[in-house]
Amino acid sequence: MTRRDRPTTAPPWPVWVPAGLALLFLGLPIVGLLVRAPWSRMWEILTSPTSLDALRLSLVTASAATLVTIVIGIPLAWLLARADFRGRGVVRALVTVPLVLPPVVGGIALLLAFGRRGIMGQYLDSCCGITLPFTTPGVVVAETFVAMPFLVITIEGALRGLDTRFEDAAATLGAGRLTVFRRVTLPLILPSIAAGVVLTFARALGEFGATITFAGNLRGVTQTLPLAVYIGLEGDPDEAIALSLVLLAVSVVVLVALRDKWLRTGAAS
Amino acid sequence: MSGLDARVVVRRPAFTLDVALDVAPGEVVAVLGPNGAGKSTLLRTICGLEPLGEGHIRLGDVLVDEPSTNTLVPAAKRRVGIVFQDYRLFPHLTVLDNVAFGPRSAGRSARHSRDAATTWIERLRLVDLVGRKPGALSGGQAQRVALARALASDPSVLLLDEPLAALDAGTRLDVRSDLREHLHEFDGPTLLVTHDPLDALVLADRLVVLEEGSITQQGTALDVARRPATAYVARLLGLNLLRGSAHDGDVMIDGGGTVHVTDRGVAGAVLVAVRPSAISLHTQQPEGSARNVWAGTVDGIESIGDRVRVTVAGAPTVMVDVTAAAITDLDVRRGTAVWLSAKATELEVYPG
Repeated sequence: MTRRDRPTTAPPWPVWVPAGLALLFLGLPIVGLLVRAPWSRMWEILTSPTSLDALRLSLVTASAATLVTIVIGIPLAWLLARADFRGRGVVRALVTVPLVLPPVVGGIALLLAFGRRGIMGQYLDSCCGITLPFTTPGVVVAETFVAMPFLVITIEGALRGLDTRFEDAAATLGAGRLTVFRRVTLPLILPSIAAGVVLTFARALGEFGATITFAGNLRGVTQTLPLAVYIGLEGDPDEAIALSLVLLAVSVVVLVALRDKWLRTGAAS
Repeated sequence: MSGLDARVVVRRPAFTLDVALDVAPGEVVAVLGPNGAGKSTLLRTICGLEPLGEGHIRLGDVLVDEPSTNTLVPAAKRRVGIVFQDYRLFPHLTVLDNVAFGPRSAGRSARHSRDAATTWIERLRLVDLVGRKPGALSGGQAQRVALARALASDPSVLLLDEPLAALDAGTRLDVRSDLREHLHEFDGPTLLVTHDPLDALVLADRLVVLEEGSITQQGTALDVARRPATAYVARLLGLNLLRGSAHDGDVMIDGGGTVHVTDRGVAGAVLVAVRPSAISLHTQQPEGSARNVWAGTVDGIESIGDRVRVTVAGAPTVMVDVTAAAITDLDVRRGTAVWLSAKATELEVYPG
């Protein structure tokens, strides 16, 4: 760009210095991960029993957490966006709490609710013999708790932004409210649902604090990828780096999947 | 099949809609009015997207909304087919599935719904388009799909909201005559809302003029066109409308001036309608047989199609249509003093 056609809103040159520092700060760790990766031993590490257990468990629990979130999170988003009830603001705040709450605190809160002596957990234990802490379902609970807000907030926003013209048209054609939601509303917000699902899955996959607090760190049972990375750092750092690369790859895939939603700046947003 | 009977009252902070309507089965009634007159609100109450403030709506034998008896049937249970101005075809469904949406919502199987949809698709000549998504349709095609979708839900009343407004001038002509044909095939009552007088004249059996929430005139297209009741209708139809009082063939115009009409029988408050093309424009006092001659000043000149419409301030103030050549010949511009003449036979006078 030449001097003549530079827009008047372009920042002056001193801004480039701190901006460059920021970029370096964000980029360098990624570079470090790539440079120090044990490329020659990669396959061997990733196919070791510990790694395979962690990979499999992470995949299963993150998928389950996403599924649970879809089943109960979409109705919650629908209520928040369209139902008129007292205390809606409180409910919305409650939904947002796990987003800002330190995951470790979330884990402790889950213990107090669903632990063996928890306000709910004691009944689950005595009546049905269900124990959640330190089990694989417990991992799913922890991941769901932390990840659900992403789906609810994404879909609620989409529902609020949706023009009701098509839903009105569907109603005049004789469709009841559930039919309208299923056949018109959901398909129209499908891109947002997809974005919410991808975000939820990514967040569930990366969950660490709530999981280790509520479900512990038992290999093959509750030791997900992030936990394996953390443990690996003490024993075999190469293993930690290799597994970290797997999580990095997932992050890249998520970014690519969501590029239309967030990364395209300017006119689209 | 019976008709539509409604008294619609909706109160808004700055606006009240109060309209009584009665549309017989098979009849097409056009509600003609300027923007903001309450036309769309009227349709929204009838199809159930907005509740009445007062009054009642009866579709056939079914009372669907009556605040005084706490009756309110939701939109989904009203059997009203509506074609929206922007069509509102579901963008994620094909033409076939859009048309089948009504039958499907009524609980019919996917297969039966598609069969029902296909009947309408054939009737509205949409067979080649069944697999397309609405995004790939032209305006005229989308309009036909919207009509097919509304009719496929087997409505007892058909509503059309500015059905041709979204089309360009070229396709509008074809679609309009097409639509006329289809509307006459529908045996229930049809209510059409438009601000285009041509739509109303071509499509409707009867006109209802709605201004600022109230009906100001209704009647057959011919009645309304020949004897407009308000300045809005007259302007819409390109007519001069003068209000005054008549006595023995002379009409004293309210704003000043007197015109002579052939009908000596009318007396009292009257309206005089005269086409702008029936008035002649002169730069000197004309000599001739015209009984109405008066002076004025050119106040505005605007071209409409191949003619030029000149507004002349005088007693009375009128619009005059002349050819573009005449404007040049006469050297007329804003502020020019001119003479006007009109034959008494060109003035339509009626009680108003």
